[in-house]
Amino acid sequence: MSKERVRERTDRPARPFRAHRDVLDAAPDPLSPVGAMPPIISITGLSKVYASGFQALRSVNLEIRRGEIFALLGPNGAGKTTLIGIVCGIVSPTEGRVTVDGHDIRAAYRKTRRLIGLVPQELTTDAFETVWATVSFSRGLFGLKPDPGHVERVLKDLSLWEKRDSRIMTLSGGMKRRVLIAKALSHEPQVLFLDEPTAGVDVELRQDMWRLVRRLRDQGVTVILTTHYIEEAEEMADRVGVIRRGEIILVEEKAELMRKLGRKQLTLQLQSPLDALPPALAVHRLDLSADGSELTYTYDSQGERTGITALLTDLRAAGLRFRDLQTRQSSLEDIFVDLVKERA
Amino acid sequence: MNWPAVRAIYLFEMARAWRTLLQSLVAPVISTSLYFVVFGAAIGSRLTVVEGVPYGAFIVPGLIMLSLLTQSIANASFGIYFPRFSGTIYEILSAPISPVEIVIGYVGAAASKSIVLGLVILATAALFVPLRIEHPLWMALFLVLTAVTFSLFGFVIGLWADGFEKLQLVPLLIVTPLTFLGGSFYSIDMLPPVWRAISLLNPVVYLVSGFRWSFYGQGDVAVGVSLAMAFLFLLICLGLVTWMFRTGYRLKT
Repeated sequence: MSKERVRERTDRPARPFRAHRDVLDAAPDPLSPVGAMPPIISITGLSKVYASGFQALRSVNLEIRRGEIFALLGPNGAGKTTLIGIVCGIVSPTEGRVTVDGHDIRAAYRKTRRLIGLVPQELTTDAFETVWATVSFSRGLFGLKPDPGHVERVLKDLSLWEKRDSRIMTLSGGMKRRVLIAKALSHEPQVLFLDEPTAGVDVELRQDMWRLVRRLRDQGVTVILTTHYIEEAEEMADRVGVIRRGEIILVEEKAELMRKLGRKQLTLQLQSPLDALPPALAVHRLDLSADGSELTYTYDSQGERTGITALLTDLRAAGLRFRDLQTRQSSLEDIFVDLVKERA
Repeated sequence: MNWPAVRAIYLFEMARAWRTLLQSLVAPVISTSLYFVVFGAAIGSRLTVVEGVPYGAFIVPGLIMLSLLTQSIANASFGIYFPRFSGTIYEILSAPISPVEIVIGYVGAAASKSIVLGLVILATAALFVPLRIEHPLWMALFLVLTAVTFSLFGFVIGLWADGFEKLQLVPLLIVTPLTFLGGSFYSIDMLPPVWRAISLLNPVVYLVSGFRWSFYGQGDVAVGVSLAMAFLFLLICLGLVTWMFRTGYRLKT
């Protein structure tokens, strides 16, 4: 069967089907949509209470699909890192169950951990070792025999090849971040956790990382990233989850989320400033700027009627003339802020 | 067993020893040579023979044991404490590796370094005094057993410590005094009966005695007792490490 045909049957025709051998092998039917495959990670009733009594997670249920980029958003202390820590084996859960590729993370920890690569939030690297040594060490730690060819590819992909003999302590923060990614990729994981991958890195490196993440996804790697940069999730994620105070409050396809919750705003720049909104326009959801020179109309772009025609007619009837107009789609950041605010 | 992981940890730790050769090997050898100068030349000129063995040669097993104990603890405690301190322990904890494999990797490397150091000190000693080893296999057994046991003990300290100060606390305040008072430089038979009885509560006495017996065929206590005590310490340390991993003590939140 050709890849083209497979692509036609997926629910996301715009994106190439991730024809990774493991993905196809694991799927009951390679023709079924990606969403119908068994999830690569399944989290059920997961809770975590630390010794201090702080409850970091509250009965979290979450499924991560194979081959997707999943962005987990949440304010500081929401439980993102705890959730990742439990899946990776760093933090012990209080209750609940996590499976990776169908294997329980506790009963079959060797199988599950071998599938996972983790890039931690902090720049926790060795100091005195060389880049080559530390990446090779990581590969060995995950039970794989030395493969200089693979390590070389990873280092070249991350623009670290020239630095392979440098001690890590001599590298910049951005380079250290790349080293952490190289370590996580050294054992060819199927699932990659990126915990705040671009925190404190410059724009160029951030875009490099975005490219890398997309390339990994195209190779069949499932990527789960937590981030404070909402634009990062907006740029890359297939699905978005929002966690707040240890609870998953929303999981949605990013496009669907934008469609459902996305608002659009029409801003009209008036030729003459207004002191107050004319009563005839009170029926419209209009905001007048402080200097009276701009009217902002908020509407649902997916709604049956946007109300724009009626607004423009009423504006004309009221004798208001404008010199320019612009529309603006609400960003994922706006949606995120609204969501977190709503539940507060 | 995840042997590639054990190998990776072992080689990584051994590489650290090569990077710090001056501290790992040269410094202990210089210290030992100074002990020979001070004890061998200064005291040895007055105290020529102990239990039929020239004093300079008599102190060799004790000197090796002193370095073996302190370096085993230092190597193993630093080996596991530093990843905890720097945060790189996340990688060990998230790897498909069991506690047994982690211990084999770290403790194996620490013990290997100590054994090499012990042999280097032995070779250094041979330059100063005439040596004989009556029971070489027993000597090797005590050397390995002590290195492994105290590396395990160091590993426990490395897991327990939550600061560099604590890392030094046990070796400096407990292990070194016990070693000095454990018959490294004298036979406890030379002590008054009360102090001799108190010395028998010191576990290091049994290790030094057994090790010295393997050299000269005589010790402060029977070699079987020394061996039994060495195994007992090993079991205690293994028990502690097992408990620490089972509970995730200072490793997992």
